[in-house]
Amino acid sequence: MNSLATITTRVAEAAAPLDGRHPIAPLLERVRAGRDFGPNVYSTLDVLWVLYDRILRITPATADDPDRDRFLLSKGHAVAGYYAVLAAKGFVPPGWLDDQGGPESRLGDHPDRTLVPGVEIGSGSLGHGLGLAVGTALGLRAQGLLDPRVYVLVGDAELDEGSNHEAIAYAGAAGLGNLTAIVLDNASATHGWSGGPATRFTVNGWTAATVDGRDHDALYAALTGQHGHRPHVVVAVVDHEEGR
Amino acid sequence: MEMRDSFVDTTTTLLAQEPRTALVLADISAALFTAAAERHPDRVLNVGIREQLMLGVAGGLALTGLRPIVHSYAPFLVERAYEQIKLDLDHQAARAVLVSIGASFDRASAGRTHLSPADVALVDTLSGWTVHVPGHPDEVPGLLRTTVAADGSAYLRLSTLSNGRPYPGDGDLVLVRDAGAGAALLVAVGPTLDAALAATEGLPVTVAYTHRPRPFDTAGLRTLADNEVILVEPYLAGTSARVVAAALADRPHRLLALGVGREELRRYGSAEDHLRWHGLDPAGLRRSVTGFLTPAAADRTPTPAMLGQYV
Repeated sequence: MNSLATITTRVAEAAAPLDGRHPIAPLLERVRAGRDFGPNVYSTLDVLWVLYDRILRITPATADDPDRDRFLLSKGHAVAGYYAVLAAKGFVPPGWLDDQGGPESRLGDHPDRTLVPGVEIGSGSLGHGLGLAVGTALGLRAQGLLDPRVYVLVGDAELDEGSNHEAIAYAGAAGLGNLTAIVLDNASATHGWSGGPATRFTVNGWTAATVDGRDHDALYAALTGQHGHRPHVVVAVVDHEEGR
Repeated sequence: MEMRDSFVDTTTTLLAQEPRTALVLADISAALFTAAAERHPDRVLNVGIREQLMLGVAGGLALTGLRPIVHSYAPFLVERAYEQIKLDLDHQAARAVLVSIGASFDRASAGRTHLSPADVALVDTLSGWTVHVPGHPDEVPGLLRTTVAADGSAYLRLSTLSNGRPYPGDGDLVLVRDAGAGAALLVAVGPTLDAALAATEGLPVTVAYTHRPRPFDTAGLRTLADNEVILVEPYLAGTSARVVAAALADRPHRLLALGVGREELRRYGSAEDHLRWHGLDPAGLRRSVTGFLTPAAADRTPTPAMLGQYV
């Protein structure tokens, strides 16, 4: 698997992970602190940025507002870009990024909602976010909070966990129109998803869009493409080797 | 009326009275909540036979400010989706009230898949949980109302087994039979009380009752106990031994911890059969208690419960 070309690519990434084009590049560099991040970190940056910059109705001032949109990061290992985005948007002080994972840090290698402002769930063990998102969507609906949307980000390999499929089937049957799942598809599932991850959702009544996970306008259109009373899934495809 | 009926009635009332209350089911008992589901379709949520989702949904509901009651058969509620209890509730600082039926062997004829003697021990690996093991259906409504009105996480373990009379109260030790100074103290948890009373008739044993093994009433234990303590629990033997040992750490004492054995018996029959096989019927308890109280080691014939065997 580790072809020379792959290794060369990764070395190049480590040297210049974001080539300065991304607005949160300096913040991510503070989290990175010279370490070599895997492709999974970079593969989620674009969708995180589009969500926090253009879609989610949430600010540090409304982080506890019942009417806020929710973003649940289920693949908790994609945390470096998440922290950088939260810092860019003022949820956490940039200074917190410098000792990420340290003994006094509130920022672990997986996020803890009780330690980090703006973080909706603690995650790390795969397959928990979608169920929590379904419960959150149901809880909002039960309280007549019909404006907020619930977004949950999972990985294509994370979909291996059967708990996701309990949630996908039920959310479709329950018509949870306030729920949007995002599958970050970097083709990392060991046995793949023949026909694409979206089919696992659409067969259960979800609407779906599959887009280039680096194309901000395409992501924006897909992430705001909900219609009506069905849950919505956006499959964001990113290059497996480059992961960016 | 059995404990499950009390639970259904009280929960149905709570759903009507308290708009924060929600109920999450995985098909088990769903038919009993049909009327409640029609009245509160957004707060009575049957996710189908999906226990991981049942607890994930409970966590999400709690994060939005609702107070979820989660209900299923004990092995499916506590054992099947244990990581969801650990992560979707506790790790999120989300709280819920879990209510099980089935207990250790209510449906003994269903076999191992429906037995759950380890549930309380498993919940006890978590932090800050209240555990109630009612001994009578009439204890259920008050316990349920109190735990739902509170903010913490709680596990209510319902059973078809029951004592002849209820003992209301918050779960502090209730002195049922006082054998005077120097007597051994037997603490009976939940539906083991009547058998414990029958077993110790005429013996120098003070008997106390609790329906709340967590938090265990350690202050009451220290007041009532001398230097010999006997625990009788309707779930895994020794589940509360560590609590008693810690409470009496400054005091030389002996402890006999009786309960359900670890061995898989691979036998069907009834709950009463399993009580006998695990030494939790009056005769079995009396053998164990008498052996424990007999000072000469030579006279102490090991009881089946001590050996983890069944007869």
